[in-house]
Amino acid sequence: MKRLTGGIVPLGAALVAFLFGAIMILTLGASPVEGLGAMIDGAFGTGDRVAATAVRATPLLLVGAGITIAFRASVINIGGEGQIIAGALLSTALALAIPDTPKVLLIPLVILAGIVGGGLWGAIPGVLKAYASVNEILSTIMLNIVAIQLMNYLLRGPMIDPVEVGTSRIPQTERLTDNAAFPTLIEGTRLHLGVPMAVLAAIIVYVILFRTPLGFRLRAVGHNPDAARAAGISVERNIVSALSMSGALCGLAGVVLVFGSESLRLVTDGGSAGFTGSAGFNGIVAALFGGLHPLWTIPSSFLFGSLLTGATELQRELQIPNALAIALNGLIVLFVVSSDKVRNWLDLRLDRSMSTPRSETAEAAVPLETDDLEEALEETT
Amino acid sequence: MSQFFTVSVLVATLATAIKFAVPYLLAALGETIGQRSGVLNLGVDGIMLLGAFGGYYTVIQTGSHLQGILVGLGIGLAIGIVYAYVTVFLHAQQGISGIGIFLFGLGFSDLLFQELVGTPKPIRPLPTLDKLPGVGGIFEPLVDIDIVGPLLFDHNLMTYMAFLLVPATTWLLMKTTFGMNVRAVGENPQAADSLGVSVAKTRLIAILIGSSLAGIAGATLSLQLAIFQHNLTNGIGFIAVALVYFGAWRPRWVMAGALLYGLVTATRIRWQSLDIIPQGASDIAAMAPAIITILALVLLASRVRGPAALTRPFSRH
Repeated sequence: MKRLTGGIVPLGAALVAFLFGAIMILTLGASPVEGLGAMIDGAFGTGDRVAATAVRATPLLLVGAGITIAFRASVINIGGEGQIIAGALLSTALALAIPDTPKVLLIPLVILAGIVGGGLWGAIPGVLKAYASVNEILSTIMLNIVAIQLMNYLLRGPMIDPVEVGTSRIPQTERLTDNAAFPTLIEGTRLHLGVPMAVLAAIIVYVILFRTPLGFRLRAVGHNPDAARAAGISVERNIVSALSMSGALCGLAGVVLVFGSESLRLVTDGGSAGFTGSAGFNGIVAALFGGLHPLWTIPSSFLFGSLLTGATELQRELQIPNALAIALNGLIVLFVVSSDKVRNWLDLRLDRSMSTPRSETAEAAVPLETDDLEEALEETT
Repeated sequence: MSQFFTVSVLVATLATAIKFAVPYLLAALGETIGQRSGVLNLGVDGIMLLGAFGGYYTVIQTGSHLQGILVGLGIGLAIGIVYAYVTVFLHAQQGISGIGIFLFGLGFSDLLFQELVGTPKPIRPLPTLDKLPGVGGIFEPLVDIDIVGPLLFDHNLMTYMAFLLVPATTWLLMKTTFGMNVRAVGENPQAADSLGVSVAKTRLIAILIGSSLAGIAGATLSLQLAIFQHNLTNGIGFIAVALVYFGAWRPRWVMAGALLYGLVTATRIRWQSLDIIPQGASDIAAMAPAIITILALVLLASRVRGPAALTRPFSRH
């Protein structure tokens, strides 16, 4: 039963959020029906657009898959933005250093560099949390700032496009070698290697989390660290693993954003959103919406990718600023997170109607004060 | 470097640092009150963005700075009600709910800006004391005093309010019944509840004060800068949350942290404008506060204990 209500609630939350979206569109003087039409058309109208949606969904899926690992180990990773940047910087530096390496070798190498870069950037807050009790929410936020400034520094200085030095000094690298460009899978669309790679990554995360001893330990630490420790599991080591793996997947998203882009270069607007498109945050939304399950995060990311491409079309056709998509994402987070209690409530009613009357005690036993994360962490497979 | 170490430049830099510290300080003091009651609000940046746009747009429409600040306050209050409902009454996970508020604020402030204003339009900045209508003349001679003048009198009213709020917050938390309740529900909500303190009500009020201050902080930021743009805060709200930990939940130390951020930013901009350091070094320097904060957290984490019930929802079962 849990599985059923678990699916209904996020959808309900999304519907309510979209209702708000419709009201916003109405307030802005356009027809919500036309708006929805434009969005669907923008996201799925042609094969090319579906491909573009999948490409937009790819970083969300990678970040989201990483988030499921962290959250299931009860570690809150707000550092996606910084980890994306770290992965992008290291892989870009590698591509700049060895541009003449053959394609078959260079693509795996830049992927590896991204994983290492993001993984290391994620390991820092992991170590700080495990061994110095530093709250990971704060350290990841601070490391986001450090990563952004590091990117600004590198792209304005050591890594700047030589052409830009004497001219406009746009903070960007030169166009990277074609040997590192992600190959297009379907000619005429933008569907590139990154898309199936992200899906595969999500499946691997699923296998690791639910089919390996490592995943068991991570979830045990997330569920009850004291019990895990009593069972001989190193809580510290698993916190570091969770944040490193989460960071590695974000780093991979950084690789996809650089080597899957049409411009094939790393460019900064001084903040992080210009490069990441806030994927470090939107990936959290996709993961939550997917019930913190790596496999459900796949369709969930695709949905949020379509929200982004749809919003672009909305802006083009109806002049509704595409910032609407980000605002809606925020609302969806609020609805999904606060509906956990609704879900508890639903489960209680449904359980009671399904089972023999043990009502009073059953109600008392329902963990109403359980931390929502813990609730979400409950085994769903 | 020598042209930096002249009295006038140093004083001007310090004066700018004080001004820059204000939005951090306002937001961080509000967050301190909320966290003392056991509620983490990670949505400060989003509330600030909405407050910043609200204040900016109000000034465009009415020309009144006071109304701009009040609109910022109102927006903060409104979001506070939503956040309190979600976290206190629905027991939603606080860190993630805050990210929801942040994303909503980021997107919605940008949406409203593009829809209602479009291209950035400068407004009249918050007047300094000597430019205040009516009473400005009184302060004019004070501003002209060497060193003391620019440091203490060349500021707008929000600066004084922010720094006066430091002792006021301490007083509120330490000397009033409400403050005692706030600390009690932040430390041990069960015990507070059994003594007849309403945990929900206390946390609700603490959140409302905190988010109102975040709204005011945002409005102050846009009115100080006299402009609004996409993602104007650029993470100030997140740093404000970190400053609360940095300051070990004590208003005085939170103020020290805000001043540190103000000082680093002001120095960096000054150095850059004097061509003392190249742009690249300036980017490196911009990392300094974040790295200092992390180091401070490492040093403090084992020595200072936060409110015991921070991020823990309370229910009577």
